[in-house]
Amino acid sequence: MSTEAVAVQEKKSEPLLSKANRKLISNPLDIDNPITVQILGVCSALAVTTQMKPAFVMSLGLTIVTASSNVVISMMRNSIPSRIRIIVQLAVVSLWVILVDQLLKAYVYDVSKQLSVFVGLIITNCIVMGRLEAYAMGNKPWPALLDGIGNGLGYGIILMSIAFFRELLGAGSLFGFKVFEAIGLHYQGNGLMLLPAGACILLGVIIWVQRSINGYRESH
Amino acid sequence: MENLISIGVRSIFIDNMIFAYFLGMCSFLAISKKVSTAFGLGIAVVFVIGITVPINWLIQNYVLTAGSLAWLGPNFANIDIGFLQFIVFISVIAAITQLTEMAVEKLSPALYGTLGIFLPLIAVNCSVLGAALFMVGRPYNLAEATVFGIGSGLGWMLAIVALAGVREKMKYSNVPAPLRGLGITFILVGLMSFGFLSFLGFSL
Repeated sequence: MSTEAVAVQEKKSEPLLSKANRKLISNPLDIDNPITVQILGVCSALAVTTQMKPAFVMSLGLTIVTASSNVVISMMRNSIPSRIRIIVQLAVVSLWVILVDQLLKAYVYDVSKQLSVFVGLIITNCIVMGRLEAYAMGNKPWPALLDGIGNGLGYGIILMSIAFFRELLGAGSLFGFKVFEAIGLHYQGNGLMLLPAGACILLGVIIWVQRSINGYRESH
Repeated sequence: MENLISIGVRSIFIDNMIFAYFLGMCSFLAISKKVSTAFGLGIAVVFVIGITVPINWLIQNYVLTAGSLAWLGPNFANIDIGFLQFIVFISVIAAITQLTEMAVEKLSPALYGTLGIFLPLIAVNCSVLGAALFMVGRPYNLAEATVFGIGSGLGWMLAIVALAGVREKMKYSNVPAPLRGLGITFILVGLMSFGFLSFLGFSL
């Protein structure tokens, strides 16, 4: 059964972008964000964000992998024995990761070199596994696709905002474009932002700001 | 021998999985609320990384690298199946995790009681796959790869136990409400990571 066929079939029962389905995309962007609320996929969020370009490629790669493996697992969900589901999920995910990795190597080789092991680590990125376990195993392919895209975008938003501050403050540039020099200022890069420690503290502050705005609280 | 010690120290302190590479952060943040559970998970991770890195080394060098299948006969000499690396590595890791779980359950029910729920989680701990992928990128031999694997695991365990210790004390501090939980934990990890930066000064 192809994705289109499923989508058409679903259309009869409920509109494609019904309110519940729109929520699947908008929730992960804020109150159900994979990184800042669900604590998933933190490793790569910190490791690939020294510059915006690799962060952008990484978010794109993760969105593709999450969405497509969500669809595949969701289609197979009734025939996977639950005892070996982890290994089945890992096999499906690594298939998509291999495809993304080969594509990156073919078209954006320099970024692929910069991301090094982190493309491979999408396999063990908890967002992918977490969404497969929590959503795709119990839902139809079309909502699973939306859920995958939504979580990929939620991850991307946090990734891009960390990378924005790290590249701007650390190297004085955005996407490699020297911002401060372009407006005639000299900027001495803040090396702290490029270090792992800077990324952690920055993410802590981003979580602080986000939770002050949306009111999400946890007790210790 | 000196070389092995140097790789061991380097992988525990300088190239610490958490503070230098951020691998295995998810379970690091989720399971670091109590020292005792953090310690149990740490031991399980050391065990799994220590076994999977040498196994993956053997697979990489005798199966996956271009031309490494020559031992099967001359016909296999120019086969390159390197692109299968991810799927092979992750299958090995998932299988070893499953085997470890079964072995521990059979041999030591007491240990299984403490580690039980964490064992399956290790298959998706990025530090395990990360260690295997780093190992490929560096020119290690089998002994060095084993030491590197165990060292990386020990480094991860050191980090999670240290963080759990700090977080147990955090309960008594008055943290601003929106910062509580995850936010303050990230800032803590950042500060601890500063501490680990000082190991960079070591020359081995």
